[in-house]
Amino acid sequence: MFKNIKEIFRYPSVIFGVAIIIGLLILSVYAVISIPYAKAVSLWRGSEADWYQNPKTAGPVWLNWFRKDKLPVTIDIKPDDEVITKTVTETSSGKVIDITIPFNFEADDFADDMAMYFTSSFDSAPPFVGMSVISPDGTETTISGFKIDRKFSYRFDQDKKLTKKLKNLVASQGLFVDLKSDNLTKPIKGEYTIKIQAITFDKNSDVNAELVVYGQLCGWAGTDILRRDLGVALLWGTPIALMFGLLAAVGTTLTQLIIAGISAWFGGWVDTLLQRITEVNMVLPFLPMLMMIGTFYSRSIFVILTAVILLSIFGQGVLTFRSMFLQVKESPYIEAARSYGASNRRIIFQYMVPRLIPMLIPQFIVLIPSYVFLEASLAILGLGDPTLPTWGKVIQDAESNGALYQGWYYWVIEPSILLMLTGLAFSVVGYALDRVFNPRLRGQ
Amino acid sequence: MADSTSISVAPTGSQEKPATKSLSTFLRVTKYTGARLLSLAVTVVIGLYLTILIANMGGYVDTIRLAQIREEVNAGIAGNPAFRTLTQEQRVNLANERIQSRVHAMGMDQPFIIRSFIYLKDAVILNLGRAYNMASNSGSNEVRMIIIERLPPTLILFGVADLVLFFIALFTALGLSRKYGSWWDKLIVVLTPLSSAPGWFYGIFLILIFASVLKILPFGDMVDAPPPSGFFPYLVSLLKHMVLPIFAYTLSSIFLSIFSWRTFFLIYSSEDYVEMAKAKGLSDKDIQSKYILRPTLPTIITNFALLVISSWVGAPIFETVFNWPGLGRALYKAVALYDTPVIIGETVIFSYLLAITIFLLDIVYALVDPRVKVGGE
Repeated sequence: MFKNIKEIFRYPSVIFGVAIIIGLLILSVYAVISIPYAKAVSLWRGSEADWYQNPKTAGPVWLNWFRKDKLPVTIDIKPDDEVITKTVTETSSGKVIDITIPFNFEADDFADDMAMYFTSSFDSAPPFVGMSVISPDGTETTISGFKIDRKFSYRFDQDKKLTKKLKNLVASQGLFVDLKSDNLTKPIKGEYTIKIQAITFDKNSDVNAELVVYGQLCGWAGTDILRRDLGVALLWGTPIALMFGLLAAVGTTLTQLIIAGISAWFGGWVDTLLQRITEVNMVLPFLPMLMMIGTFYSRSIFVILTAVILLSIFGQGVLTFRSMFLQVKESPYIEAARSYGASNRRIIFQYMVPRLIPMLIPQFIVLIPSYVFLEASLAILGLGDPTLPTWGKVIQDAESNGALYQGWYYWVIEPSILLMLTGLAFSVVGYALDRVFNPRLRGQ
Repeated sequence: MADSTSISVAPTGSQEKPATKSLSTFLRVTKYTGARLLSLAVTVVIGLYLTILIANMGGYVDTIRLAQIREEVNAGIAGNPAFRTLTQEQRVNLANERIQSRVHAMGMDQPFIIRSFIYLKDAVILNLGRAYNMASNSGSNEVRMIIIERLPPTLILFGVADLVLFFIALFTALGLSRKYGSWWDKLIVVLTPLSSAPGWFYGIFLILIFASVLKILPFGDMVDAPPPSGFFPYLVSLLKHMVLPIFAYTLSSIFLSIFSWRTFFLIYSSEDYVEMAKAKGLSDKDIQSKYILRPTLPTIITNFALLVISSWVGAPIFETVFNWPGLGRALYKAVALYDTPVIIGETVIFSYLLAITIFLLDIVYALVDPRVKVGGE
């Protein structure tokens, strides 16, 4: 056994496969620890409050590594950020609050949108806010003032007056170019400053502001059309995919093994009956059946898992295992066991099944990815677990929003690559183990 | 075995022998296929019964039936001029009465065990009820019509795809088995794990490359919209739309098929009779077709049958990705619209498809397997 294990690591593909599997396991543990289950589910359900600071369908930041023209990455400066300077001057009737928010803009393309999120506290009269933007070349553009509520968001691009002032360019473009020059297609790089002056009308008042410059890129995984960070789903999809694949593979292999063992050991009518049931099972359409169960009963991942195992109990594996058992059944040590009167159960579970385990491990490992893909298929068919963020669901969201038509390739490619890596890793290891444990052709 | 020895021992009877031999072979193959057909029919009926049981655990079949009766009775009363004079109340009573009698006539008031057999009979004769929301292109809402309309696209797609896959894999495997351990052989071994991903998965990538980025092939659908008129333009459009699905399907299954079929070939080519044939000086071509291909074919066909079955079963997701207007996509739509009669009908029709596939491959199996042809085990 140990010799065998040493032998498999001679295959470079196995080292690749094992490394990826270990990587996926680490990722799973990290996902579960960094984002607790309940939080992942609620984040993925996605309310405006969770994701307002993300742009829609922004690519992942690493896309910039491959580009000469760098795309803008989302800038989010929260009120407690240390770059913000805030001075408060008391007046006779209230306060004057000056807030300065500097930010660096180093991209070769314009941002998607800009927004300022104000929070304020006051007794009766709402504060009045005026803003101006200073670009790196010193030009100052003032924005006409407005009253703010306790929670107020100001979207630069939707301010018609501002757009008019900027030669009919929306703010996220017009504020970033020199309007007097001809070059209106490239933003000026450098440090921009937004100055806010808020005037409040009572003593117990305060104003805070958060600046979000929505880029074309955001986060390590990008965002979807609901502004959700795909990272959450990609991260959490890992433990779910591995769990589903592993449990389904264990469940089906074990049940099939037991059925095959009983069938081969008892022979006669038991064998015939079990084989007939296998034939009936072959006529039951697996995926349509699962779709029916998913639609009529429940889409919960555990219901589907149970259905998968139940539908596979009499699957094709039974026939393969049965023929293996028939060979083992004739071995002398089984004969010996029979002669000293070992019980049927003892022979099947303690002598025959353990003998088959090494032959089974490769098949078992190769089986895992097929269930990982099955789970993704169900999600794409709209039958994924409604609460869980999974890779399949990300692909489904992308497909139903026409990601491939729109050119949002990252949205499809990222979950696909994770699926592919999982599939490849397990099957590479499985096939290599098969060659080591069952050397049918090695003598040639 | 007895036949072949008798030929060599008694050469005098050789003039009549071929005729009687082919007749007895025909009888044996017929007997074999007949027996298989019978056992498959029983299998299908049991399979359909299980489907009905699972579907009706939530009472869905009952609901479909009741809704159908109610709709028909109400339509009958509304459409009959003789009932125009009745008051609303009288009409409702009349409808209820009629529904009751229909329910009784159809055995819907029987205990479930008897009802389930009535449903089974309906499923077997494809009396699948009416869809709630979906309709066939011709406007019928009968599930049977919807399914019949979706059947040809599915058959065309998977039929062509399976044939392409079978012949490419067969000849590549045969070629590789002669070059065991060569560079190409090793390449196939390395590529085998790629078969762990299903066809739809490669479909997404291929659509991305050829439709989104290169823009040389369509994203999906079966023909251009609107469908081109005339046979030839239609065919060209169809073929153009079939390239990506077939490519995806082949890509996902081909490496594993080549790998395992080549292994079968290798096992059979190390048999003693092949060595013997080589020693006799037979040509490579003869050895390959008569001594290696023939005995390996039954094993390969069994392997291929499982592949075809899994391709039918995977049709819902595969056709959804390629937007192919077949049975699988109809099932996907039915799930989205919660159209229970169509969902059950589709499951029934897929059972039939699987059984027919198994039966057809059984016949092919009987034709190539010498054990069936010559008799004996």
